[in-house]
Amino acid sequence: MLHTVNKSPFEKNSLETCLRFARQGHAILLYEDGIYAALKGTMFESKITETVTYCKIYVLVSDLEARGMRMDNVIAGIQPVDYTGFVDLVVENNPVQAWL
Amino acid sequence: MDEMEGTIKKFLYLNRRAPYGTIYALESLEVVLIGAAFDQDVSLAFIDDGVYELKKNQDTTKAEMKNFSPTYRALEGYDVEKLYVDKASLEARGLTEEDLIVPVQVLDAAQMTQLMEQQDVVLSF
Amino acid sequence: MKFGILVSEGPYQHQASDSAYQFTKAALEKGHEIFRVFFYHDGVNNGTRLTVPPQDDRHIVNRWSELAKKYNLDLVLCIAAAQRRGMLDENEAKRQGKDANNIAPGFRISGLGQLVEAGIQSERLVVFGD
Repeated sequence: MLHTVNKSPFEKNSLETCLRFARQGHAILLYEDGIYAALKGTMFESKITETVTYCKIYVLVSDLEARGMRMDNVIAGIQPVDYTGFVDLVVENNPVQAWL
Repeated sequence: MDEMEGTIKKFLYLNRRAPYGTIYALESLEVVLIGAAFDQDVSLAFIDDGVYELKKNQDTTKAEMKNFSPTYRALEGYDVEKLYVDKASLEARGLTEEDLIVPVQVLDAAQMTQLMEQQDVVLSF
Repeated sequence: MKFGILVSEGPYQHQASDSAYQFTKAALEKGHEIFRVFFYHDGVNNGTRLTVPPQDDRHIVNRWSELAKKYNLDLVLCIAAAQRRGMLDENEAKRQGKDANNIAPGFRISGLGQLVEAGIQSERLVVFGD
């Protein structure tokens, strides 16, 4: 399945809850304010680093760049996608579950 | 409707918000009620503040809002009987099953994940 | 593949409508089919033809209308959510005795059953909200 997270982990517990249910083989897409969870150096880095060993984590580049960040700022193992990539993730995974 | 006959999908309504502070809980319930006519395989999950939707003794008289909590009790009449509550969310809020307005199944994280993985459609509120 | 899209927030206040639009556009450009875009909660406000955003900003409502025209998209506003929020088409305005209607081209008002139907008919349903 594909989990989408579009909220900052500093503002809402959506990411935290998502990670509580995400299992081996699931994909997670961070977009909108959710991209802040993908960055190095935050209090969430160790949790994300651990999760990326068993889940595929993706970040939407347009939302990353809009917020003054680049892939250089992103935790190793997280893969960049554009909207076409987002569409592909939805094709490849079912169900798609939004953690609003 | 004809071409949909025989199609039964698994629908999960994912409720993660408290009632009244925003309209999501009420409008989620409206989808459930309308959706019941389509004879799909429906489950409701209550996670995070969503568990507060099921709290007993809601009294909105002074708040002057519509108390929609009795509707959860009416769901059975619509053949919506699969209500699942996340154990950790309940415990984190100091609530037990006795605090809830309807009978539910309390699931641990692994069971909840399994439920999610089985779905065709997840509607998040 | 056949997609259904749910948009739960209005234009400008949240990014949800922008994200839904970008996703829908990318899916269509890849040759996928969009069975329906359903607007619920404050999302119904995406269907007002009365928005006047600043000239140098995107026009979210027009963008949806143009996409609908280009690809013959079905853009549906939930009637219950629309009534609560003062979104009326011509028929509804007459029926309710209101003095105006405000639905943008390419949008139509219909019941919540349309969302459930989108879930049944589509191979994937993607939710954009807040």
